[in-house]
Amino acid sequence: MAEKKEVKKYGFDWGVELKPVYKPEDLKGIEYEKEIGNPGEYPFIRGTFPLMYRSRPPLYRIYSGFLSGEDTNARLRYLFERGMPTMSIALDLPTQLGLDSDDPRAEDEVGRIGVAIDTLQDMEDVLKGIDLGKVSTNITINALAPILLSMYIAVAEKQGVGKNQINIVTQNDILKEYVVRGAWIFPPKPALRTTVDVIEYCAKEIPKASPVSVAAGHIRSSGATAAQEIGWGFAIAFAYLQTALDRGMDVDQVASFITFTFHNKLNFFEEAAKYRAARRIWAKLLKERFGAKNPRSLLLRSFGGGGMEELTMQEPLNNIIRETCVALGCILGGVQGIGLCCYDEAYTIPSPEAQLIQMRTVQILMEEANLGDVADPLGGSYYIERLTAELEKAIMAVMEDVEKAGGAVKAIENGLIQRICARGAYERQKQIDSGEKVWVGANKYASEGQEWDVKLHEYDPTIQERQIQKLNQVRKQRDNAKVKQCLQELKRAAESGSNIVPFTLEAVKAYATVGEMTGVLREVFGEFKEPAVF
Amino acid sequence: MSQQRPIRVLIGKPGLDGHDVGAKIVSMALRDKGMEIIYTGLHSTVEQIAQIAVQEDVDVIGLSILSGAHLPIAQKLISKLKEKGASDVPVVMGGVIPKKDIPVLKQYGVAEVCPFSTPLTQVVETVSKIASTRKRN
Repeated sequence: MAEKKEVKKYGFDWGVELKPVYKPEDLKGIEYEKEIGNPGEYPFIRGTFPLMYRSRPPLYRIYSGFLSGEDTNARLRYLFERGMPTMSIALDLPTQLGLDSDDPRAEDEVGRIGVAIDTLQDMEDVLKGIDLGKVSTNITINALAPILLSMYIAVAEKQGVGKNQINIVTQNDILKEYVVRGAWIFPPKPALRTTVDVIEYCAKEIPKASPVSVAAGHIRSSGATAAQEIGWGFAIAFAYLQTALDRGMDVDQVASFITFTFHNKLNFFEEAAKYRAARRIWAKLLKERFGAKNPRSLLLRSFGGGGMEELTMQEPLNNIIRETCVALGCILGGVQGIGLCCYDEAYTIPSPEAQLIQMRTVQILMEEANLGDVADPLGGSYYIERLTAELEKAIMAVMEDVEKAGGAVKAIENGLIQRICARGAYERQKQIDSGEKVWVGANKYASEGQEWDVKLHEYDPTIQERQIQKLNQVRKQRDNAKVKQCLQELKRAAESGSNIVPFTLEAVKAYATVGEMTGVLREVFGEFKEPAVF
Repeated sequence: MSQQRPIRVLIGKPGLDGHDVGAKIVSMALRDKGMEIIYTGLHSTVEQIAQIAVQEDVDVIGLSILSGAHLPIAQKLISKLKEKGASDVPVVMGGVIPKKDIPVLKQYGVAEVCPFSTPLTQVVETVSKIASTRKRN
């Protein structure tokens, strides 16, 4: 289509041109003992733990949830039976936004992209027969992390599993919702407060929790470079950390509770360098800037995965190969967890067949190809060490820019990060359209006119009615005076500035609905009004 | 033609879906071609979108939906436009839309569908073509 022949560019969008080959001279100035060190040793560039995957294989996560608690439970069991080591629960949009299934705004969205949760009853159904003392669980919940965390604690309690045994990740990264993903409810200030309420509560009560997983990967997927992903992700993490410190908590009490979710593109050399550089920066800044003393505070724990933007609708099975590249970037980069996309996600939420292949991809790489047998296998490569050093410089430059802009909260409030991302996404799309960025089988070597319909997940529109019936049943059976009292106490806690988690926990146990609890918080906190930024 | 005002496009994010990268890049591409963009922001209702379309006298409504709720939302928007006497405003949809839903959407009255991975140039072309058809009416 392009009339003049373009010369292929070699490099990455964060500003490095690649040489045709890297040589010993590229390692100049990089001293092993001082700059690199062994896995599990400061500055952790070669890995978080000394034995890496020999001692801690990566957890692979399959984001699952649709229709009702029972439907989701059946899918989770299907995956557990096939070797899934940890679960990741996808919530529907009404739940993420604090709307009950009978709210008019929830119409057409109940149980569509995740499971519908109205009350504790639904969470009990999701987790039925799953021993919460044995599994770890991710819940992708942000604005309402206090409520979903409370539900998980309440189900565990009913199973006789104490808080000290629970292993839960709540995404709870509200700041990135204002940049991308859009599942915000309250304005940034009170939202930041509830985020830190969850961190504080877990730091005191749930030692194995990861109460915040800074999902910088979403920002990457919305148009950021690898350097911006890490730089802005860290700036957001520091906003949470600083808020916790301002409450009088100690850095060593908080730091190890902050984890990350990043997204990879397909070039796994770039991504491996990204994880390596990120580990070193995190360790250095926690030590030097925040004065962390506990070695655990210096460890960057990251979950890697893919963003849907790399998938094509055309020849969808090619997406399996794309996600294999993503998985390689994760494993070679030394992440703690992997969450790939399924090949059919350019169409809809995944079918069980597609989820199984997603899981098999990691199992084959780890257990057939044995890629995790040696820690940091790329370490010492002329190319990778140079790339890591260059990327580290680029990340530090991004962080300096955010600091100049007044920190992450300011940079998000005034739309700076959103503008840069939107511009980045636009440029990328233009590169796809011009063919500069190749999408095999889509913008290059495309087979015209062919259909590639795969077997897709089907939505069941009767779910809303079923869910409303269940909700009404719960409302009838619960002690409504108790619910009222719990909601009043939650409101008082929100107004007074107390940590709200103990109060959401009581309300949840009384079977207050997500909409009732959010309604009370909306009254106190107000709602966010979105500025148009692009 | 040259003295006419620029094509005016409403870009809407109906429903609860917050993935707005597509809506933003389509807005930028259309703006770069001289069109005027009115962006509704996230979490808009069908009622709000139809209302803005009438108030702003737009030539085209572009909806971006990644939540899978495109069928009921399209049906409701089109009947809402009828109610407001604006059924001549064409609707173009983009987002995560399975192929088998495209004929259904057209049957509901959606003018054109540009699913995930449609080139921007094609989106721009579609919108200008549809807008000019309407203007001749």
